[in-house]
Amino acid sequence: MSAILFDRIDEPGLNDIATYERRGGYEALRKALAQPREGLLEELKASGLRGRGGAGFPLGMKASFIPGADIDKYLVCNADESEPGTFKDRELMQKNPHMLIEGMIIAAFTVGANRSFIYIRGEYVLQADVLEQAIAQAKAAGFLGENILDSGFSLDLVLHRGAGAYICGEETGLLDSLEGKRGNPRLKPPFPANQGLFQGPTLINNVETLATIPAIIRMGGSEYAKLGIENSAGTKLVSVSGNVQRPGNYEIELGMSSRDIIFGLAGGPDEGREVKFWFPGGSSSPVLTAADLDITYDFDAMAKAGTMLGSGAIIVVDDSNSVVDVALTLASFYKHESCGKCTPCREGTNWTVKMLQRVQSGEATPMDLDIIASVQEQIIGNCLCVLGDAMAMPVGSLVAKFRPEFESHIEAARERNGLGLTPPPASEEPVLSL
Amino acid sequence: MTDVTRFTHGSRIPGWDDSVDPNKAPAGIPDLATTPVPAELREEIQAEMAKYPVFRSALIPALHAAQRVHGWCSPEAIEQVAAVMGITPGEVAAVATFYDMFETKPVGTQTIYVCTNISCSLRGGPKILEAMRAAADGDADFNIRAFECLGACDMAPMASVNGEFVGPLAESDCAQIVADLKGGGEVLAAKQLRVRPCADEAGRVDGGQTTTSEVTQ
Ligand SMILES: Cc1cc2nc3c(=O)[nH]c(=O)nc-3n(C[C@H](O)[C@H](O)[C@H](O)COP(=O)(O)O)c2cc1C
Ligand code: FES
Repeated sequence: MSAILFDRIDEPGLNDIATYERRGGYEALRKALAQPREGLLEELKASGLRGRGGAGFPLGMKASFIPGADIDKYLVCNADESEPGTFKDRELMQKNPHMLIEGMIIAAFTVGANRSFIYIRGEYVLQADVLEQAIAQAKAAGFLGENILDSGFSLDLVLHRGAGAYICGEETGLLDSLEGKRGNPRLKPPFPANQGLFQGPTLINNVETLATIPAIIRMGGSEYAKLGIENSAGTKLVSVSGNVQRPGNYEIELGMSSRDIIFGLAGGPDEGREVKFWFPGGSSSPVLTAADLDITYDFDAMAKAGTMLGSGAIIVVDDSNSVVDVALTLASFYKHESCGKCTPCREGTNWTVKMLQRVQSGEATPMDLDIIASVQEQIIGNCLCVLGDAMAMPVGSLVAKFRPEFESHIEAARERNGLGLTPPPASEEPVLSL
Repeated sequence: MTDVTRFTHGSRIPGWDDSVDPNKAPAGIPDLATTPVPAELREEIQAEMAKYPVFRSALIPALHAAQRVHGWCSPEAIEQVAAVMGITPGEVAAVATFYDMFETKPVGTQTIYVCTNISCSLRGGPKILEAMRAAADGDADFNIRAFECLGACDMAPMASVNGEFVGPLAESDCAQIVADLKGGGEVLAAKQLRVRPCADEAGRVDGGQTTTSEVTQ
């Protein structure tokens, strides 16, 4: 496989427009601007590219939902990248920012948007600085601004720095945040394609999705679709982290065996350790175990295994870790990040943390595990967005798959505490008792 | 029945009495003509407002700017942002309190986020947090916070030191970080994200002729 997104990405100076153009950059833009918009849309559809931000929605189809009417339309690049375990967009933006900018210009031209934004998480200071400079270079070179390359098409691109909130990765939370509000998700429908930013039709896509567009235009959609496997076309950046020897970003062709990614590329766990479980698509995906390592890494295979490809972030947990600790770390994250708008998520994440703390400290009984499981079920599908589900799915799967370990943990902790008769640890926060 | 924990003010809700003063009129939009705002801050906020079709979008950038000037989102900073943007301090405070990077209490000037999320905690993140706190030894100029995943799990355990990502950290690096900050120099130059090569062989200019460890050296 020849690399598409990571092709010589460490070449010094690639973030400079001169190097990017010398390597054939912005040629795809010239090619695109010479084509009718319908043709470009067909190329995107033919590529079979599915969104790389988490939901896997086909790019071409999403772009075709944007109305053709001559009204203010927007393109937003989702560079919030806050899903634990995910760090692929960071590498792209830092090292090859012009590939993203070129992809955005082509996408904006395709749907007729004249204003575009990159919403980057505030913590990515280096990446935002690099992008800011790249945007200025693209403007100076005439790829952004009025009448781009004499095509009559104009596009403004603004880099917007966030301020630390996972929920702003959720597309409608992001839009509210970009409008200068708290990042609370909106009720859908209407979907952003109809009513998004400033009430206008908005195409919103992940960094990796948009950065792939120049390659699709260069190769042709149907040629790109030959990469990967059916229903999972193309290459994908996978962020591998946790207990592996060579953590990092790898570009793979979809359909590769998960074992080859975790062991072949990332080196597997340290000598003498074994894979206990792994998250295939960021911390929000239901976990898989060592028995599932031979599943191929693509959208359909993951769905069939009851989990998801998500953002393409594999987190490997080896047998030296306690499943209770991992569940509590996870649940605490979602509790902290829940925006509080929907009750099942706000209360569900809060109580899950409290119950897991009871499990950890030895106050719980096995019945608490049933309650934890039922709380997760009641979160799923009952909120405006899926942040709550994103806790419920992995925590639910951990309790289901490792129940004996939870139980023995409870037993051991109760024994340590003298049958669990010790009072609960005094907490600083007042406890609401009814 | 366990006793309900109550704060000194008698309520179970922290800070319930912070904002309500019945003798005070609800804050309206502060008048820019009578609110002192540093000229540079005003110009920066106005430049941000001009970037967007609807000026309110500039609120987060404006708060970043105000926090740089004031060190935190103080009532004064909130008032100034509100005055320049022509919205109420309540609207500004509502946004400032939503986002983790905005400080709602006075803090030191050296900001360190230590990641304690999943991939970092699998590799000792919480220990790094402890070591960092110990290294700063209560120095009020150090604002050390446990933070959620910073998007650099490949260099776990890691931290963001005044915005510079460093990792993978050993506990012994923490004293070095604190010393580097006190000395005003670069922080842990060899472990910064900006010098870290891509893990994928295809990323290298020579198409994978060298191994990652050779590139790192
Ligand atoms: C809680 C939550 C967090 C999300 N975070 C991100 C994120 O950080 N980056 C991202 O691209 N998509 C994120 N998404 C997915 C977006 O809502 C949206 O599906 C995506 O940006 C669409 O882009 P794509 O079609 O290119 O994948 C998140 C979704 C949820 C529910
Ligand atoms: S878990 Fe620490 S950077 Fe992602």
